[in-house]
Amino acid sequence: MTNKDDITVCRCADVKLSEIHSFIEDGCTTLDEIKRLSRACMGQCQGKTCRNLIMQELAKAQKITMEKLQASTFRPPVVTIPLGSLAEEEPDEK
Amino acid sequence: MKNRASVVIVGGGITGISIAYELAKRGMKDIVVLEQNTLSSGATGRCGAGVRQQWGTEMNLKLSIGSVKRFETLQEELEYPHDIEFSQTGYFMPAYTDKQVDQFKKNVALQTQFGLKVEWLEPSECRKVVPIISLDGLMSATYYDKDGHLNPFHTTQAYAMACKRKGVDIELFTQLVGIKTEHDAIKAAITNKGVIECEYIVNAAGGWSQIIGNMAGVSIPTYSERHQILITEPIEPLFRPMVMSFYHNFYTQQEPNGAIIMGIGDPNEPKEINYGNTYRFLHKMASVVTAVLPPLKQARVVRQWAGMYNMSPDKTPIIGKSPIKGFFIACGFSGHGFMIAPMTSTLVAQMMTNEPLSIPEVETKLDLGRFERGELFVEPSVV
Repeated sequence: MTNKDDITVCRCADVKLSEIHSFIEDGCTTLDEIKRLSRACMGQCQGKTCRNLIMQELAKAQKITMEKLQASTFRPPVVTIPLGSLAEEEPDEK
Repeated sequence: MKNRASVVIVGGGITGISIAYELAKRGMKDIVVLEQNTLSSGATGRCGAGVRQQWGTEMNLKLSIGSVKRFETLQEELEYPHDIEFSQTGYFMPAYTDKQVDQFKKNVALQTQFGLKVEWLEPSECRKVVPIISLDGLMSATYYDKDGHLNPFHTTQAYAMACKRKGVDIELFTQLVGIKTEHDAIKAAITNKGVIECEYIVNAAGGWSQIIGNMAGVSIPTYSERHQILITEPIEPLFRPMVMSFYHNFYTQQEPNGAIIMGIGDPNEPKEINYGNTYRFLHKMASVVTAVLPPLKQARVVRQWAGMYNMSPDKTPIIGKSPIKGFFIACGFSGHGFMIAPMTSTLVAQMMTNEPLSIPEVETKLDLGRFERGELFVEPSVV
């Protein structure tokens, strides 16, 4: 049987469901707060999997629906790019 | 929300929250912190997270040494159940010009007087500390192994949880829209959710401090300047200390999880609040960092973001009283607010409770009045 506390929510930063619950217990009510404290949504995939899972937990805790919650920002460059490639390409100076 | 308080603190970053904690610790009651977004959503949560003590003036040495001492035991003091991730992996500061070498020599002499065991490294010794550094143009470097970094989100959260246990009210998503004064004294804070009558208002609003000053009729000569920053995906450990080059105007550090964080200043940045991200930054940052630390070419960028430095005319904080009675200022940190927050908050709380100051000269050297008196504070070691 899977222990509920061992469920991985964010694979990039290896964040478990139990950690999400502990930040909610500490008083977090927004995805941004949990993102910043847990590093979930900040890894290579930028939260493509964990964003909805965490918002679901936040919605449950506050007894509201998920659309009431603000999603987190997807940061550029969205897909990872090596520094070496970025160093080569001059920006368009206009 | 309360409609009466003794103190209203504007800003839920590290400075505002730590001031609330220091006041509560000294027994002050009815403290309210206003934050327009979530905790550390401004400069605190966007910063490079470094903590350095290698400064070039007595004032900044005192502020930073006192703060690092506090960081060393902060997690226990605040009884925080998570980790604030404080680690002392050092700052490595390379010099590339004769002028920088001379300045660093003076700095090290002063730092040594203050008991810091800062190491002077010749180029041949630099790779012992930063194995991947290019020796091109490198003339010497300084390294102090007790500088370091910690997690800004957890540090702010740790202070905030301790504040709440002491009865401080932290009002998120609450914006200050006006300040009521009477006979040049604070009367009330007007927010988008109601009015709070109070005796004191503390302006710890970072990038918005000049706007908050105007609400009280106090002109604060700070301005906001965007600084961009990026982080790579985690890779194998390549270097431990923060590498900070005044010559290239950049800093970079590998975090405990292996991700590499880096930022670079842009001298043409306009004076405004702007959270936009640019490709120009990615290119500039990548070109400079891969020239100085060539193996980073392989590192893949995951995210870029921007934050505001709240700049003061002499790039030194403004801490103290103002012409309006009860209106205190802690702003203009010019990119260094996070690292000295423990001392800033202690000093502000000491001023507000009429205790002797840990650094008495703050009152006459870092006050707002210095700009009118023409007594600018000159720190030779800032990016």
